Amino acid sequence: MRVLVAMSGGVDSSVAAARMVAEGDEVIGVTLKLWAGPKGEMPTAGCCTVSDSEDARRVAAQLDIPYYVLDYTEDFSIGVIDGFVSDYLSGRTPNPCVECNRTVKFSRLMAQATEFDCELVVTGHYARVDRHDGRYRLRRGADSAKDQSYVLSMLGQDQLARLRFPVGDLEKTEVRAIAADLGLRTAYKAESMDICFVGRGDYRSFLRVQAPDAVEPGVLVTVDGREVGVHDGIAGFTVGQRRGLGVALGEPHYVVDVDAPTRTVTIGTRDHLASERLELTNVTWTHAPLASGESTLVQYRAHAEAVDAVWNGDGTVTFVDPQMAVAPGQTAALYRHDEVLGGGIIT
Amino acid sequence: MTDTYLDHAATTPLRPEVREAMEPFAGDAYGNASGSHGVSRRAKNALEEARERVAGALGCRPREIVFTAGGTEADNLAIKGVALSDGIGGVVTVATEHEAVLESADFVRRLGGEVKVVGVDRFGRVDPQEIATAVTGDTRLVSVMWANNETGTLQPLAALKGELAGRALLHTDAVQAFISEEVSVEGVDLLSLAAHKFGGPKGVGVLYVRDGVRLEPVLHGGGQELGRRSGTHNVAGAVGLATAVEVSVAERQAFRARVGGIRRRFESLLGGLAARTVPPDLTLVQHAHLRVAGRRNETMLVRLDQRGVAASSASACQSGASTVSHVLQAMGVEAPREHLRFSFGWSSTMEDAEIAAAALKEAAGVPA
Repeated sequence: MRVLVAMSGGVDSSVAAARMVAEGDEVIGVTLKLWAGPKGEMPTAGCCTVSDSEDARRVAAQLDIPYYVLDYTEDFSIGVIDGFVSDYLSGRTPNPCVECNRTVKFSRLMAQATEFDCELVVTGHYARVDRHDGRYRLRRGADSAKDQSYVLSMLGQDQLARLRFPVGDLEKTEVRAIAADLGLRTAYKAESMDICFVGRGDYRSFLRVQAPDAVEPGVLVTVDGREVGVHDGIAGFTVGQRRGLGVALGEPHYVVDVDAPTRTVTIGTRDHLASERLELTNVTWTHAPLASGESTLVQYRAHAEAVDAVWNGDGTVTFVDPQMAVAPGQTAALYRHDEVLGGGIIT
Repeated sequence: MTDTYLDHAATTPLRPEVREAMEPFAGDAYGNASGSHGVSRRAKNALEEARERVAGALGCRPREIVFTAGGTEADNLAIKGVALSDGIGGVVTVATEHEAVLESADFVRRLGGEVKVVGVDRFGRVDPQEIATAVTGDTRLVSVMWANNETGTLQPLAALKGELAGRALLHTDAVQAFISEEVSVEGVDLLSLAAHKFGGPKGVGVLYVRDGVRLEPVLHGGGQELGRRSGTHNVAGAVGLATAVEVSVAERQAFRARVGGIRRRFESLLGGLAARTVPPDLTLVQHAHLRVAGRRNETMLVRLDQRGVAASSASACQSGASTVSHVLQAMGVEAPREHLRFSFGWSSTMEDAEIAAAALKEAAGVPA
């Protein structure tokens, strides 16, 4: 079988490629160039860098598989950057990795795989796909600390049928051990934590250029309308945030609302932060929609426990216990046990 | 699977006679050409003989030949060397030039020199009159390539020489043209060559500098090459280059007929699948720069590679990802991401044309 492996230059996708080679598949490795400097050069910091693509190239050479760098910068700019910028301009907290998976990786890459006569697309995500009761199930990765099913919650049956995540059944330590056994140069490489096109976590300087309005000063008010301070741009605030407010009001205060047009950040106590429910747009299902009134687990942040809730059938979810810090712009993924049922974007 | 190599514009395989000529310099003939003892003298003799052979082929004096580490260095030395000698002078060049020229010109601009970049027509040709108009009293150098490395478009150099009438020095990058065009230094002041584009080794080139042209070096140091290019000589490279120059000149007419025929055969086998970017009479005989409508070049190159055919989009960043070509943009070409370059060379055969045409049809999803 011929398969297309998306290689980021990290250890996970290196091992994913190695495992497909070991299974006897004909493997083609690709790195997606998603973001480039003004003269087309690849970035030197963050993910997607020159050294990352060089690592991927060297691993591919070691595995003796063909390797290509594909230019997805236009798709990425339209599908991810534009939305990232407009989300910040409207006071929301975007999740660009989810958007990238939705609009670039698992749409363009699937089409590209067909063009290269590949049957499957393979990535190094920590998630599992299996066949169960006549459907493809998307499940959490075996390593609960590394699980990435949340950022894959937009996948549907057509895509799951053509996807493999060869490290999804492994612990991270096992992945590193396999890489070390094979002598892959990425075995001990540090995790990339940054947003790939921002690099080194400095999204403020990125936004200063791309969305200057989001880094213009504004005021901090309490829920009862009292002005208690100033801030240096709404881009620095996410609903639920406690740190960096720069005010001392006796008891802990949190961001409860970000109003973009007036650049007003409203803060309140823990009581003001609680949400009974959340509302989703762009809802997708991995297999079939939940029935109205059905119980589910909802994970509304990338690194958080899923909590008990009820799907109301109208795009809203009611929490069994009120939740703190439900941030507009973030993805909510719906689960049954460890199976992803679907997801959407919090309005 | 043997590769069907149709990317000779990127680089060519080493000719066997070049390899043979270079062999001694990987062994006993290891001397540094700057020195007084016998080991050094033998290297120096080989270097100077190579220089004479290159000069003979180009129709110039040996001292007008500067050996460089390739075409990019030759272009850098021409542009920066002239613009930065005796204060700073202006440069006029063309939007479709190689990056080695455009980026060198931009460097001159950043240092305060006046740089004008003239546009081209839809086939990539510059208008000699437009160049002449752009030349002012501050212009010290005009740089126009002999033929374009992506599309193969030949520039109207003869007409340009007439229009310029000596108002500025003229440099031409003949890197891509040398193997198939009657390249000589007649009427030009500086001319760049790179050995690996015509069967020579990588990492060695030539800048012809007409006697009397003042040049600030780019590489400062021990003063080799009459102070124009410092650094210990690449003797093996110079000998390889000289051999490749001689063989290329001797075989040029035969090359045009034979390789031109292979390229035409390739295009005729494609039928209506691909359209030439530039009509054949305006380009190098070995270039087939084509558009396969509705097919992204990046995908086509992978599909060709899967079938053992090496072609190019002629415009790639260091990672190998295709980018939008500045040459095609300057020409105003429609759908620049649907263009492919097949470049034939001294080692190409009629069978290559047939294999590549069949592979291209298959890659484009056309029934054979």
